[in-house]
Amino acid sequence: MAEYTLKVRRYQPEPDDGKADGAYWESFDVELDETLSILDGILQAKNDQDGTLAVRCSCRAAICGSCGVKVNGQSTLACKTKIGEAADEAARIAEASETNGDGAAGTRGSEAEDVARPEIVVEPMGNMPVIKDLVTDMESTHWEKYRRVSPWLMPTGPEPEREHIVEPEAMVDVTQSVACIQCGACVSACLSMEADPDFVGPAALAKAYRFIGDPRDGQQEERLYDLANDPHGIYDCTHCFSCIDACPKGVAPMNQIMRLRRIAGDVHGIEDVNNGHNHELAFVKNIEDKGTLDESLLLQESFAPGIKGKLMPTKRAIKGLLESIPTAIRGIRTGKMRSLPKLIPGVHKKLPGDAQDQVKRIYEHAEEHSTELNLYIIGEGGEEEGAPGGEDVPAAEIAPEPDEPKELA
Amino acid sequence: MTEKIKVAYWPGCVSRGFTPELHGSMELAADALGIEMVTLDRANCSGAGVIAEHNQELADTLNARTFALAQQTDLPMMNICSTCQGAQSECQERLDADTAYRDHINETIKPEGIEYVKGKDGWTNKNFLWLLVEDYGLDKLAEQVKRPLSGLRVGPFYGCYVLRPKGRLGYDEHPDRDLYMERVIRALGAKVVDYDGARRCCGFPVITMNRETSLRQAGTHVSDAIDAGADCLVTPCPLCHLNLDMQQPEAAKVVGRDLGLAVLHLPQLVGLALGFEPKQLGMPKHIASTLTVEDRVSALA
Repeated sequence: MAEYTLKVRRYQPEPDDGKADGAYWESFDVELDETLSILDGILQAKNDQDGTLAVRCSCRAAICGSCGVKVNGQSTLACKTKIGEAADEAARIAEASETNGDGAAGTRGSEAEDVARPEIVVEPMGNMPVIKDLVTDMESTHWEKYRRVSPWLMPTGPEPEREHIVEPEAMVDVTQSVACIQCGACVSACLSMEADPDFVGPAALAKAYRFIGDPRDGQQEERLYDLANDPHGIYDCTHCFSCIDACPKGVAPMNQIMRLRRIAGDVHGIEDVNNGHNHELAFVKNIEDKGTLDESLLLQESFAPGIKGKLMPTKRAIKGLLESIPTAIRGIRTGKMRSLPKLIPGVHKKLPGDAQDQVKRIYEHAEEHSTELNLYIIGEGGEEEGAPGGEDVPAAEIAPEPDEPKELA
Repeated sequence: MTEKIKVAYWPGCVSRGFTPELHGSMELAADALGIEMVTLDRANCSGAGVIAEHNQELADTLNARTFALAQQTDLPMMNICSTCQGAQSECQERLDADTAYRDHINETIKPEGIEYVKGKDGWTNKNFLWLLVEDYGLDKLAEQVKRPLSGLRVGPFYGCYVLRPKGRLGYDEHPDRDLYMERVIRALGAKVVDYDGARRCCGFPVITMNRETSLRQAGTHVSDAIDAGADCLVTPCPLCHLNLDMQQPEAAKVVGRDLGLAVLHLPQLVGLALGFEPKQLGMPKHIASTLTVEDRVSALA
């Protein structure tokens, strides 16, 4: 048994004790074994000290996905986070907010305070309205976005006489996104959603992949067209990896979003209005031709397909190019962009000697080869055997998580 | 004095493109620190995650080529771009995970007479930030400081690609990599400003796709740092620099307030403490004025 202090972000919808905005910090001292969870700590505080402390929970075993919170700033499940480890982490990161002198410290999840025992900071999930204390409104954010991607199978063609027959290998591809328990930890951690609350977000897009990757679904292209052209869809993900570290089930939502982009642009050739696919193609081509990035050319080419050879250039492409002009002018003024390769797209030098030819050769090879190695399937760092593409998958990894009945019901 | 550090140096694209002051200041700082850099001038772009988004095998092969070129020098590799670090670590993780896959990729780069060997003599690829703390050492860095940056208030900005995902970025072995910026800033005698944006995303990856989302991120972090009293931000990632510095006037419009906060590259901050002048470090090339920093530093001299 050890003693811990939980510093909990509390919120009362109807403050009755004169507290102005209804939100405040309250610390609870709890005593429990280091291997028990943050949720056990919260429940002990609720049981022994303040019965009004609100938290949502059920299974206590990282299956139901109810107890999403932030612990020391990291979105996670309270039941899956050991309290001893959380205390160690609180002590470790305290260094970042040390003021070393006259500093007026800002916050990183908590205010810096001088305490002998670092407090474990527990907050409600981010990007969602708080109902009370650690209970957030998942309906208005998470579930609304989830429904946005039509999270059910939409097969086309004649119905099979009995069930759809699917090769097990074909389903292996979607096992990672099937593993989602809808806890909202990734939504809480999403840095794009912080800046754009309308972003469809990691949980819903991972769920979209779960159906787009399912061989039984018949609406793959329609789903992708919709999510690629939505300004808050797959091209609104800022590639920050926060959802990957937050997910308690290893779903890696961002990886699923990148796969959606690949299938939308490269398999279905969807030219989205957000210039997502154009940008990707321009980047890839740029390296094939130059080896290193020709930034001026990239900028021009990212928007060019919307302009070049068209009587009516897309408004989005013209706007994109025009918007980059003031930045370029500033760059020329300070000397940052005052050289020919930076001013004139295409002047950028190729790699020296035969190096550029080697890069070209690799590209030629890639036209025929595009192996995807899924580490979720073959096991990270797990040498080795498995051939590219992830054959020899242990049966246990194919088994769907208990999440399945919910979405097919 | 310990043995001199020698590395195969991958400067990346942007450090020689829109942020030429980064490559220049890295060369000055390395020379003063006694880090010998053998530039990988035949190496190619890491793909910044975009090529992997298009064709994973293509990205893995291009980066295997870079690793193989570095291994050919028998030196560990150093990069100065968080984004290169992240994109390259992602490819390296896949290459290291599966022998058959690695052999397949090596087959493609073989005609150039090179090969990527997993774990060759403990071979590593580290961002300058990691190398500075883990191999060079903060004590030794502090000894080299000629002009302690006393009173300079610096907000760290890491860039996502050296922070997440922890599983592939060596955090098992080096759990404090998300605290190195603070440690380096303190070793140089400056003060750390604690603000909300240090470990968030600069927004750069979506600048051509959702300008509003992108600039709101950059503008918010710069605002938070200003409100926390920072004289400047410092970053180990040139792409973060593009959004935080080059796009700062545009970001200001999106968040609806005046900004004007200097954003330094990590080697520039190190360079200032080593006694170099702002002009030598290319600071006048920045879009957001660096005059506050220059004034502070000249008062120290």
